[in-house]
Amino acid sequence: MSTIEPLEDLGGPAQPLLAVNSLTKHFPIGGGLFAEKKTVRAVDDVSFAVAKGETLGIVGESGCGKSTTARLLMHLMPRTSGEILFDGQVVGYSLSMREFRRGMQMVFQDSYASLNPRLTIEDSIAFGPKVHGVADKEARALARELMGKVGLRPEVFANRYPHEVSGGQRQRVNIARALALNPRLVILDEAVSALDKSVEAQVLNLLTDLKREFGLTYVFISHDLNVVRYISDRVLVMYLGQVVEVGPVDQVWEAPAHPYTRALLAAMPALDPDKRTETPPLSGDPPNPIDPPAGCRFHTRCSFAEEVCGRVGPALSPATPGDTAPDAHLAACHMVIPGSGHSRAPAATEVAA
Amino acid sequence: MAAVPTPLVDIRDLTIRFTGERTVHAVNGVSLSLGEGEVLGLLGESGSGKSVTMRALMRLLPKRRSVISGSVHVAGQDVLAMDDATLSDFRGRTVSMIFQEPALALDPVYTIGRQISESVMRHEGASQRDATARALEMLELVRIPSAKRRLDAYPHEMSGGMRQRAMIALALACRPKILLADEPTTALDATVQIQILLLLRELQREMGMSVIFVTHDIGVAIEICDKVAVMYAGQIVETGTLGEIVRTPQHPYPRGLLASTVHGAARGARLETIPGTPPSLDKAPVACSFAPRCAFVQPRCTTAPPPLVHLGPGRDVRCVLAETPVPVN
Repeated sequence: MSTIEPLEDLGGPAQPLLAVNSLTKHFPIGGGLFAEKKTVRAVDDVSFAVAKGETLGIVGESGCGKSTTARLLMHLMPRTSGEILFDGQVVGYSLSMREFRRGMQMVFQDSYASLNPRLTIEDSIAFGPKVHGVADKEARALARELMGKVGLRPEVFANRYPHEVSGGQRQRVNIARALALNPRLVILDEAVSALDKSVEAQVLNLLTDLKREFGLTYVFISHDLNVVRYISDRVLVMYLGQVVEVGPVDQVWEAPAHPYTRALLAAMPALDPDKRTETPPLSGDPPNPIDPPAGCRFHTRCSFAEEVCGRVGPALSPATPGDTAPDAHLAACHMVIPGSGHSRAPAATEVAA
Repeated sequence: MAAVPTPLVDIRDLTIRFTGERTVHAVNGVSLSLGEGEVLGLLGESGSGKSVTMRALMRLLPKRRSVISGSVHVAGQDVLAMDDATLSDFRGRTVSMIFQEPALALDPVYTIGRQISESVMRHEGASQRDATARALEMLELVRIPSAKRRLDAYPHEMSGGMRQRAMIALALACRPKILLADEPTTALDATVQIQILLLLRELQREMGMSVIFVTHDIGVAIEICDKVAVMYAGQIVETGTLGEIVRTPQHPYPRGLLASTVHGAARGARLETIPGTPPSLDKAPVACSFAPRCAFVQPRCTTAPPPLVHLGPGRDVRCVLAETPVPVN
């Protein structure tokens, strides 16, 4: 359908579309005349992979680094260290930035701020393809076709400006714009969070349809656990710049291995008037990512914390010892690491066999 | 009708229109009553008029640009007829309000302790010393850790959850009869939101005050409300107890809202949706505002305002469907 060819599949289905290794972003702050120099460890040694055709959900509270991760993935800001591979290619070396941007697109939370107010909807959608060398006429035809795909009648909406349409319609425009370059991966950063509930369901259905039609891969970032569960195949839970748990969404929901994930799930309001929450699962606010706690970053709020937790940061380890599948359920907690020194950890001998 | 006690809050046929560059019919004939010790949830999407209704209760709307009709009585007083001095006594003493964004609602240049004690001195004529003692007591009541030290903290020195606790302390310092809560947990993280909801629930029980809790999140309403009024396009379309609204909603709008929730929906299964978007409110409604999005629309829905059908005490539905009882599945 498109005048822009999608990027070629290089590694085959087994190679992850996106592989992230030890991604780190530190923001230095302060360091003025009298102020002490400090570092915000926004993203600290984050590794994960996104398989072709899957939807990876990223959840966490504000300040956990999920949006910074999204911006790093898009190369919208330089990273402190780490590696991002797109279908096995190193961006900037074997894959040019221009090609990469064609393969990966992003939809932001604020549907209004992310559109140019001086461009009509048609112009906004056609802008990307034109930059990539599509002739004006074809780009406009493509824009109108995409508007139809996202449920906006071109004859009604093509010549309107962003302020003339509703929030839900604007988010549809943003989705159409992201699809205009025929990407393989779309990052949705809180893309439905600002929408009203009745409109949110419409946009979620649209995203499901588009994924099927265009064979897309999604990275879906949200603080809304219900939405993440509905749309994701796998889920990644972040806390203070680090991954604390990752795994298939049903496994994580049914048997969360990290105490933070358990608290997050327990904090969801009940949908049954007879089953109201009686005690808050966590007390206090998430600590500041400036100079986070040593050892496990969650140990200051964790009811299972022991001496080892304040001393050693736990590595992501299989929730079931010995599970080495590529989509294994992993958690960064001393309670799942055999022989970690935590009293609830499985015995070290169990995995030796 | 003789021995019916006067409700604490009694809103009759409240209509609010904003004039200016363009006209917005924000609230269109809202009637609402609230008894002592009740927690009422005002549930609706953005632009449904729930916050405007709250602000009218405290007369916080811009004077020149809003045209208000109908009546608002709180604890027997006519709010719309109050002069400025009476209004100042009334705000914070009889009715208090907490907002979505505590960073904007608190004064950035005064310490938390100063802001609370000022309110106590103004309303109760207390001495500086007694007022400060009350401020400390309030901060302890809302469980701010090391409360004594926090008296001297400025709002920017506190985290989001702490600021919201401080705002609750300020709102409750003069023991108001009614607390208006306008989405107080929407800007908070999930694990903090539930702490604040439980705190409000506990304080409400302890102090016996009435609460109107504005929210767009049905899950939040379920955690805190006894009764719920659902708003759409500036009108209340359905009222009932929490259980009635959640389990047997009658109006197609709350029915659609509950059906479209992603909670518990199977992955990949299509979500039920309400098609279209809410109306723009630039004209006063002459028919059912929900009719263009309604799956059960009838010819008369588009020509005349829908009837308000009374189903039982505190149970009203503004829909033609409610005239003939429908089986709820």
